[in-house]
Amino acid sequence: MADVTQLIHDYLRHNKKFPHVFCAGCGHGIVLGSLIRSVHALGLPKDDVVLVAGIGCSGRMAVYVDFNTVHTTHGRALTFATGIKMANPRLKVICVMGDGDAMSIGGNHLIHAARRNIGVTALILNNQIYGMTGGQCSSATPQGDISMTTPFGSLEKAFDIVDMCKAAGASYVARGTSFHAIQLDRLISSAIMHPGFSVVEVFSPCPTQYGRKNKFRNAVDMYKWLKSNTVKVETLKDPTQKPDDGRIPIGVFRDVEEPGLEERYFELQRKLMGQNR
Amino acid sequence: MKAPQPIDRFEIRLSGLGGQGLITLGRLLGSALALGHGYYVTQTQSYGPEARGGSSRADVVVSSRPISYPKTESLDLLVALSPEACNSYYRLLKKTGLLLVDTTLVKHAPTNVYLGLPFTQMAKEQIGNPMTINTMVMGAVTHLLPFADARVMRKSLEANLPAKIREVNAKAFALGLKQAQRHFGDAGGIWAAAEENGAHSEDDIIV
Amino acid sequence: MAVQRKKRKRRELFALGNEAVAEGALLAGCSFYAGYPITPSTEIMEVMANRLPLIEDGVFIQMEDEIASMGATIGASLAGRKAMTATSGPGFALMQEHIGYACMVEAPLVVVNVMRGGPSTGLPTSPAQADVQMARWGTHGDHPIIVLSASDVQECLEMTVTAFNFAEKYRTPVILLLDEVTAHTREKITVPDPDEVEILSRVTPTVPPEWFKPYADTARGVPAMAPIGSGYRTHVTGLTHDVMGYPTQRPDEVKDAMLRLFRKIDQYYGDIQMSDEYMLDDAEVAVVAYGSVARSAHLAVEQARERGAKAGLLTLKTLFPFPRPAVEKLTHRCHTVVVPEMNMGQMSREVKRVNNGRTKVRTINRVDGQIITPSEILKAIL
Ligand SMILES: Cc1ncc(C[n+]2csc(CCOP(=O)(O)OP(=O)(O)O)c2C)c(N)n1
Ligand code: SF4
Ligand SMILES: [Mg+2]
Repeated sequence: MADVTQLIHDYLRHNKKFPHVFCAGCGHGIVLGSLIRSVHALGLPKDDVVLVAGIGCSGRMAVYVDFNTVHTTHGRALTFATGIKMANPRLKVICVMGDGDAMSIGGNHLIHAARRNIGVTALILNNQIYGMTGGQCSSATPQGDISMTTPFGSLEKAFDIVDMCKAAGASYVARGTSFHAIQLDRLISSAIMHPGFSVVEVFSPCPTQYGRKNKFRNAVDMYKWLKSNTVKVETLKDPTQKPDDGRIPIGVFRDVEEPGLEERYFELQRKLMGQNR
Repeated sequence: MKAPQPIDRFEIRLSGLGGQGLITLGRLLGSALALGHGYYVTQTQSYGPEARGGSSRADVVVSSRPISYPKTESLDLLVALSPEACNSYYRLLKKTGLLLVDTTLVKHAPTNVYLGLPFTQMAKEQIGNPMTINTMVMGAVTHLLPFADARVMRKSLEANLPAKIREVNAKAFALGLKQAQRHFGDAGGIWAAAEENGAHSEDDIIV
Repeated sequence: MAVQRKKRKRRELFALGNEAVAEGALLAGCSFYAGYPITPSTEIMEVMANRLPLIEDGVFIQMEDEIASMGATIGASLAGRKAMTATSGPGFALMQEHIGYACMVEAPLVVVNVMRGGPSTGLPTSPAQADVQMARWGTHGDHPIIVLSASDVQECLEMTVTAFNFAEKYRTPVILLLDEVTAHTREKITVPDPDEVEILSRVTPTVPPEWFKPYADTARGVPAMAPIGSGYRTHVTGLTHDVMGYPTQRPDEVKDAMLRLFRKIDQYYGDIQMSDEYMLDDAEVAVVAYGSVARSAHLAVEQARERGAKAGLLTLKTLFPFPRPAVEKLTHRCHTVVVPEMNMGQMSREVKRVNNGRTKVRTINRVDGQIITPSEILKAIL
């Protein structure tokens, strides 16, 4: 444990005024830890890692880590990430977004990033709520759940982020949780090394804004819930079907090798410039 | 390049139907006069619903001095390749301006004073390609512009066309030029007559 | 020994205003374009789509909308590229949030807006000049901005180069406003040899990374900029930030950050405010115009002079920061200032503000999708 803590400290910014903004029990910090361990395990130089964040509690994590960090606008992180990746394809570009960020306001950019297969990793921190603005419903809030803007229960269906990204053409799609930290390290590491667009949806509890309103007594309850209400996709008889008992499958849902947009673009450029010589 | 002749704002409108290649004609004509001859040229066009399917037009202003206002105000030369274009723009002609029509399509010009050649028919029958109507018109217009050098115009035209269609368009240009020379007579004379009569007298060159 | 002089390579083209913008951008060193098609700006994008893939490291990408186009353009700028996008009214409206972001993080880039009739879808193929105040104030929050315009095709090229130079020099987004007439007029232009043109690039840090303060004040008020991936691991955020780039709400730090943003532009008004004078020395009536309308005004002034009226023209090439000194001079000397524009009075408001009631300001406004003609302006002069 001490080693892990030391490792994390090696990647935090020390000239930045702490404490951080996350509430006690928030899942977002666990995802940041997992991201740092993954980058470290892969041996990536800090200079080559770009963390591009949206707006939300999730987006705030960028400022704490000693990578190249860009805290962008609500929903648009992937557009900045696309520009950075195309401008300098050597960089490892990782996007951190909330569920509202990625799927509500930024849904259009998400499906287009997937379609283009741009070589960016998208971490979508799904806490099923707008945390930062005080607990309004998002497009990932389950039907019937309570939020500040659905005080009588949400009438709308939630997006399934994995299904959505698969359908849009992402070449690596995975889902993990803040509870299954070891698995999460693995998922994030593979996502970062994957050529083309990779998505990791992370179920990440928000005790403050979601849990309290939806019958979770405390943060611990939420992690317990994640433990008992998820199932490893590889253990399912038919991994393409959702389990009847309502458990959420976690693991890797798609992993195919397809060159990213930037690879195809610069390949074309080399060809064209060869012809022109 | 010879020093350009002094001209003060000579305004041309190329008008007709979508698909007759008028915007391309405007660009080719403008480019030949600007880059080939060294005149100041502005070339504008109508866009939008108006430019789809139905009518189409391109304007060219030529001058030996810098051109301030880039659009046309009163026309020195109106080329009308459809009856609608002829009727709607005819009134924008200067008193001393010239009207050139496609006699295949414009059966009843709004005036007796005009020049005409059956461009559509010639393109179909003599060139075998109706798409060449615009470069054929360019040939005829070249004859009518006293400040245009036919050789320079042809060279510029060829330089601006892709190899595949260069030859057929050069042929169309030559035909337009030749027919204009044969039927309209000397350009200087035409403009002198226009000057003298204004464009509205009865007894004039009708072809 | 004779010095070997390289022969200058100039190119003459018969080009659209939009094509000239693309030529200017490439001349200025633009190597990144992200955009979304919209009339009447699309030709800029189409030329870039053809040219950038043929240039070493040149990147062209068509995005899913104008919000994304601006996002990608900013991303590329942060990664060290000279980047641009182009659009028209509806797309320009969508770009506003990110224009503010670019102001805040001081990302150098160029946005071209070819103005068409509005509001909303309006007149997609007709000219207007009705986005002038949106260019100035379209994004939220108080901010300085540089807005340029061009009235003929050669100027489209030149002002695009200037736009890039200002963007790089002042670390700011620069907006180039054209109107449909200028964008869609073809004229002969000369593309100069790159060696003949002054090309500016952003200042990069000279100190080692551990000493680098990404938003430190400097004499010019413009901090050095380290491209992402160059070893300077900085934080970039649209939140108000301190000199390290970290979010702050401390009033003293916020004030310093905001005032520096303004000062870096304010103290160089003399460099930025560009205008052209024509026949103004003895003018009693002055026309103040910009964009294609300035060309109508030019002819009108010529015609007025032929008739013995002492008329002159001030063409605004910089719209914002508003060239106050040039306009103020006129309001002291002339008995009438005429402001023709294809909107209901967006620039005449600025002129009136500077005029402060001194002299008569006559406006000519057209919002029917037609350019203001020389004769309309002549009438107002006489
Ligand atoms: C254009 C825009 N609209 C609205 C907001 C306000 N806003 C900030 S964060 C947020 C929602 C955040 O929710 P989510 O993306 O799920 O992130 P979380 O805080 O839950 O991690 C909203 C609506 C904004 N910043 N910008
Ligand atoms: S509000 Fe929710 S998401 Fe935001 S920091 Fe607190 S627990 Fe985390
Ligand atoms: Mg959320």
